[in-house]
Amino acid sequence: MLSIKNIHASVEGKEILRGINLDLQPGEVHAIMGPNGSGKSTLASVLAGREEYEVTQGSVDFLGKNILELSPEDRAREGLFLAFQYPVEIPGVSTTNFIKTALNEKRKYHGLPPLDAVSFMKLMKEKMNLVEIDKSLLTRSINEGFSGGEKKKNEIFQMAMLEPRLTILDETDSGLDIDALRIVANGVNKLRNENRAIIVITHYQRLLDYLQPDFVHVLLNGKIVKSGTKELALELEEKGYDFIKDQFSLSEAV
Amino acid sequence: MKEEMDVLEETVSRDYKYGFVTDIETDVVSKGLNEDTIRLISAKKNEPEWMLNWRLKAYAQWLKMEEPKWPNVKYPPINYQDIIYYAAPRKKTKVNGLDQVDPELLKTFDKLGISLNEQKRLSGVAVDVVMDSVSIATSFKKQLSEVGIIFCSISEAIQKHPELVKKYLGSVVPMTDNYFAALNSAVFTDGSFCFIPKGVRCPMELSTYFRINTENSGQFERTLIIAEEEAYVSYLEGCTAPKRDENQLHAAVVELFAHRKAEIKYSTVQNWFPGDENGLGGIYNFVTKRGICMGDYSKISWSQVETGAAITWKYPSVILKGDNSIGEFYSVALTNHFQQADTGTKMTHLGKNTRSRIVSKGISAGQSQNSYRGLVKAGKHALNARNYSQCDSLLLGDKCGAHTFPYIESKNKTAVIEHEATTSKIGEDQLFYCRQRGIDTEAAVALIVTGFAKEVMNQLPMEFAVEAQKLLAVSLEGSVG
Repeated sequence: MLSIKNIHASVEGKEILRGINLDLQPGEVHAIMGPNGSGKSTLASVLAGREEYEVTQGSVDFLGKNILELSPEDRAREGLFLAFQYPVEIPGVSTTNFIKTALNEKRKYHGLPPLDAVSFMKLMKEKMNLVEIDKSLLTRSINEGFSGGEKKKNEIFQMAMLEPRLTILDETDSGLDIDALRIVANGVNKLRNENRAIIVITHYQRLLDYLQPDFVHVLLNGKIVKSGTKELALELEEKGYDFIKDQFSLSEAV
Repeated sequence: MKEEMDVLEETVSRDYKYGFVTDIETDVVSKGLNEDTIRLISAKKNEPEWMLNWRLKAYAQWLKMEEPKWPNVKYPPINYQDIIYYAAPRKKTKVNGLDQVDPELLKTFDKLGISLNEQKRLSGVAVDVVMDSVSIATSFKKQLSEVGIIFCSISEAIQKHPELVKKYLGSVVPMTDNYFAALNSAVFTDGSFCFIPKGVRCPMELSTYFRINTENSGQFERTLIIAEEEAYVSYLEGCTAPKRDENQLHAAVVELFAHRKAEIKYSTVQNWFPGDENGLGGIYNFVTKRGICMGDYSKISWSQVETGAAITWKYPSVILKGDNSIGEFYSVALTNHFQQADTGTKMTHLGKNTRSRIVSKGISAGQSQNSYRGLVKAGKHALNARNYSQCDSLLLGDKCGAHTFPYIESKNKTAVIEHEATTSKIGEDQLFYCRQRGIDTEAAVALIVTGFAKEVMNQLPMEFAVEAQKLLAVSLEGSVG
């Protein structure tokens, strides 16, 4: 459903992604790991369409469409969801109002009428239980004064509400304590199904313990240098990135 | 970053849907201002001698005064001899019922969304409509008079309730107060008059709708609201004008008088023609609004949503004379394109334990300039006076300006005056967050701005709030790409 081919991207003239290739099938969970500055978050931003990243080469096909030609909002409406590493505060806009606006924009794009108040509330209730989010968060201004855990839970709640086909979790585990991590991961697991693919960007094994990815890729200097199954993540946890770096520089040398 | 800026500035078009002109025969006095003009206006309104004398006195004052230069706004000199001071739709022998109102006028107000037909109105809002220099009709008068409330045009009040007008007119805003107040006192033509007797809670919202129609005319409205002891009234004001290339002057005076334990809530949604995207035309909105909490435990609350006018110069204020009285000012001022706003409030604490609260939200887009100017004063006897002011500015793009001028004068050591101010920009991060959820830039800006203004919007009466929210979104249309 997602096919990334030879993506090169730069920001302010500096090349960050240097030829990424990645294929995702529906139902799959792919983890992308790598040290700081390897380009993980850049990849997420490029897929979501952040304008300060310039794609200089390559293509991204999502459900048969070249999404690089779409605006960020249209990519979202097509079913691409980015759970932000740093969710943004919007003072005075309640979480409920925000999600309702987003949901109805998506429905409009697909030629559907806006959801009526009753159905919307019903949907909210159902998804609230699913991701274990506290009701009081929904009446507060979105992300304003939320704790790290609340912000991330709220991202997963939005994912539940918007039902994307592809979700990118950008370091969703950062800044979470053990309990929050478990709740967030459980939420994601409940949202997994055979139609939905997930990209998990993370530094650590601990989120992957819960999510059990189908594939693990290691990103280094803007390239995927190694791919494997979940055992690769365990190996990384044990040996650090250095062993990959060593291997990689070796192969580069050859 | 650069790209985002471009996006914010890309297009500049705004649809002002009230810009039409009503084709109606109008009785106009020729341009220019002198004693004869004033005599003519007074005669046309068949005013008593005392009223004419009052006007002439104000005119003499005005001649001695100078236009204020301190506001943070720029405009070419106004030629006061080039303005029409009186314009009235003809056939204006004051109508008794709506069936006698010119159908062309009814159509105009229907188009503006103001139904004068009492039966057709869903909610209980009594309306007085003023076109150019005269009040055209006032609805629900009869029902209101049953509880002793007087709600009519000020011209009618001068005829029918001279004792009240004499007593209160100019008691809050004296004719010598400032240049535009003096001018208004000399040439004011119409406006609303409300009197809520002791102990009466006004059963419906009262409102006045102001419309400028005639070319080259100025509108000088005068509104006077009196709430006797323990009375309550909520009053709404709305305004629009046709699109024209010339600037038109609107210099109003509004006076509120609250007796002991009375409460007056005054809300404005100001949507005068703001000028086009190149800054051509638009209304100069130079207005003096002031209330006095004369009695103990009285309360006056101003709420305003200012989206229109080429230039706004306006400081709805409260004099807190009675002990334990409360003054409030809630404002959203939005400027786009070349609009300029210098608006704020004055809270003058004179009585003991008086409290005031100021919440001002300024939104600037395009190349507009938006200033908050406020004065909080605590007099010698204002024991334990309290003020809290919060002024937030939001900038869209990098060619507009936001300014805050808070002044504090305290002569009482027990007074506590707090001021907080913030300036923010709509962040690129906020926009991207919204867009990633499927909300396009324009909708995202509307959402963010509405959130920013929420605290003030919550103060508006229900049916006004919806209107005002739409207005904010419309006024920003085209401020982003």
